Amino acid sequence: MILMAGPSKGTGIATRDAYGEVLAELGSENPDIVVLDADLSTSTKTAVFGKKFPDRFFDMGIAEQNMIGVAAGMSFAGKIPFASSFAMFATGRPWEQVRNIVCHNQANVKIVATHAGITVGEDGASHQALEDIAIMRAIPKMRVIHPADGPSTKKIIRAVASDVGPVYVRLSRPKFPVIYDDSYEFKMGKGTVLLDGKDCAIIAVGYEVAEALKAAETLKAEGIDVAVIDMACIKPLDDARVESMARKCGAIVTAEEHNILGGLGGAVAECTGSKYPVPVVRVGTKDTFGESGDIPSLLEKYGLTSRHIAEAVKAAIKMKK
Amino acid sequence: MAAYALTSDKQLLADKCLLHRRHIVKMVHCASSGHMGGSLSAVELATTLYYSFLKGDPANPKWDGRDYVVWSKGHASPLAYSILADLGYFPKAELATFRKLGTRLQGHVDRLKVPGIDASTGPLGQGISIALGMALATRLDKTPNHVWAITGDGEHQEGQMWEAIMAAGFHKTDNLTVILDYNKKQLSGPVENIVDIAPIADKYRAFNWNVIEINGHDIVQIIDAYKKALAFKGKPTVVIADTIKGKGVPIFEQEISGFHGAPPCDADYEKAMAGLGPAKWPDFF
Repeated sequence: MILMAGPSKGTGIATRDAYGEVLAELGSENPDIVVLDADLSTSTKTAVFGKKFPDRFFDMGIAEQNMIGVAAGMSFAGKIPFASSFAMFATGRPWEQVRNIVCHNQANVKIVATHAGITVGEDGASHQALEDIAIMRAIPKMRVIHPADGPSTKKIIRAVASDVGPVYVRLSRPKFPVIYDDSYEFKMGKGTVLLDGKDCAIIAVGYEVAEALKAAETLKAEGIDVAVIDMACIKPLDDARVESMARKCGAIVTAEEHNILGGLGGAVAECTGSKYPVPVVRVGTKDTFGESGDIPSLLEKYGLTSRHIAEAVKAAIKMKK
Repeated sequence: MAAYALTSDKQLLADKCLLHRRHIVKMVHCASSGHMGGSLSAVELATTLYYSFLKGDPANPKWDGRDYVVWSKGHASPLAYSILADLGYFPKAELATFRKLGTRLQGHVDRLKVPGIDASTGPLGQGISIALGMALATRLDKTPNHVWAITGDGEHQEGQMWEAIMAAGFHKTDNLTVILDYNKKQLSGPVENIVDIAPIADKYRAFNWNVIEINGHDIVQIIDAYKKALAFKGKPTVVIADTIKGKGVPIFEQEISGFHGAPPCDADYEKAMAGLGPAKWPDFF
C-alpha cells in the first residue's frame, strides 16, 4: 500500500466519478451487468455506462421503490444489477424494498449510492444522508462499504461485481484526496491499516480517512502516536482488527460523515463492547440534520475536521484506565 | 430439461381446483393461521396457469427455460404450495408443516426455501416490480420465458404498484402478464369502502396496458384470456378477473373480509370441508 499524496482538501477524484469509470469498464468485461438509475445518472455517473451500453441501462425515472424491485427481478433472471441514486433515495425511500425484496431474497443486487453525508453541501439537510449506514447495516445479509477515495472505489466496485449477494456501497459528491495507488486490494470484512501507532487507533471511513491522516500528522508533532485504519467495509466489520487495535492502543476514535448513532462508530462500539472494552470516542454528526453550506464550513460546524478528530483522540487517551 | 406435461382438460382442471380448495382450508385450519379467502378466490386463476400454460420442471426448478411466476399476493401461499406439491416440486405430505417452526412452507412464499417459487414476497405491492425486472432481463436475452404476476386488488392501493405499472407500460413488456384476482375485499372490509381501486381497467389502459376482463372462476374464460395475453404484442397484459373471496365455501364468501387472515374454528372447518365434498384424489395430508 502506497500513500500517493498527503490529504488535501478540494483536490483529487470524486468517488462517484471513479464509480462511473469502472462501471463502464466492467460493462465491457461482463455482459450480464445491467445498470438502473432513478433520473440522477448524470450525477451518480451511471450515465457513463448508459452511453456505452444503452441496451443494458435502465433509467427507471423518479421511482426508487420500483427500481429496487426491478433490479431484484433482473437478478433472479441471471443479471448483475447495479442500482444507483443519491444515498437518501437509494436507501431511505425504498428501505422496505431493500429489506424484503433484496436482502430477504438474497438478491444479487448492488446498491451503489452517491451524494452521501454532509459533503453533499449546498443542497442541504433533505439531501444529506446521515443515517444510511445505520439503516442498511441493520438488515440481515446486507454488506455495507464506504470507500475512502477514487482508486479504492474502483477496486471495491470490481470486487462487489464479482461477489454474489446484496451490498450497499456509499459514495460521495465532491473530490476526495487520493490516498491509494493501484496496488490497493479490497477484501470483504477487512480494514486497511494506513498508519500504525500505539496511543490510540483512529478508525475512519470515506472522506474522514483523509482527515484522520491529517490528524495523525498533527498529533505526531505533539508526541502522540496514533494508528489510522480505513474501515471501508463497515459490515461485515473487521472484528479481529478492531479487537487487536483495542488491545494494542487501549483507546479508539471513530470518524465518519454520518450520525454517531448506528454507523461506523456504533459498529465499532458494539464490537469493542463485547470483545475488549476500551474508550470509543465517535466523531460524526451528533444526532442532528445537516444544512446548506459550503463543504469546509459544514465540516467545521458539524465537527468533522482533522482538528475535531485530534481532540477526540486526546479525550479518548484521557479516558484510558 | 423437460417441462412437465400441460393439460387443457377442463374437467381435470376443475377436479384439481377442488383438491386445492380442500388443501387450503385444511392447511390453514391445521396451522391455526393463514390466508384462506384470497387463496380460495385465486384457485381457478392459478390452477389454470400452472396446469395449462406454464413451462416448468419440478426436477430442476431453476431451469432457465422456465416461465416465471411472482406471487405478488404472497399471502396466498396455501394455494401456491398445494399446486407446487401436486406438480412434484416437493413432497406432498409437507403441506402438513405449513407455518410450523422449521418448515420450508413459510407463511408467505420464500424462494430460498421452496422449489418452484421464483420470488419471496408477502409485503404487498412489490410483485409487479420484480416481474418487470424478470421481463426486461429475459427480453434483453431474447429468450421466450413469459413472466406472470399474481396480484390482489387491495395491493393496488400501494404507490409502488403504479410506479411498476407505469414503467411496464412505458417499456412495452409484452412478455409480462399480470393476473388481478379482483375479489373486492381486503383485510378491513370491502375495497370500495376503504380506498376504491375502480375503475381499475381504465387505470391500466391509461398506463398503456392491454386489458382483458373475465370471470375468474370460469376456466374456459381463463384459458382464453391467457392465450390472448401470450399472443398480444406491444404492451403488457393485465387479466382482470372478477372473483369471489373465499370462493367455494359459503360461510367464508359471506364474511365481511372474505375470511382474509383468520383460521376457521373447528365447526366452520368441518362445515367447509363437508360442503366442498371429496375431490377426485385423497387429500395429501
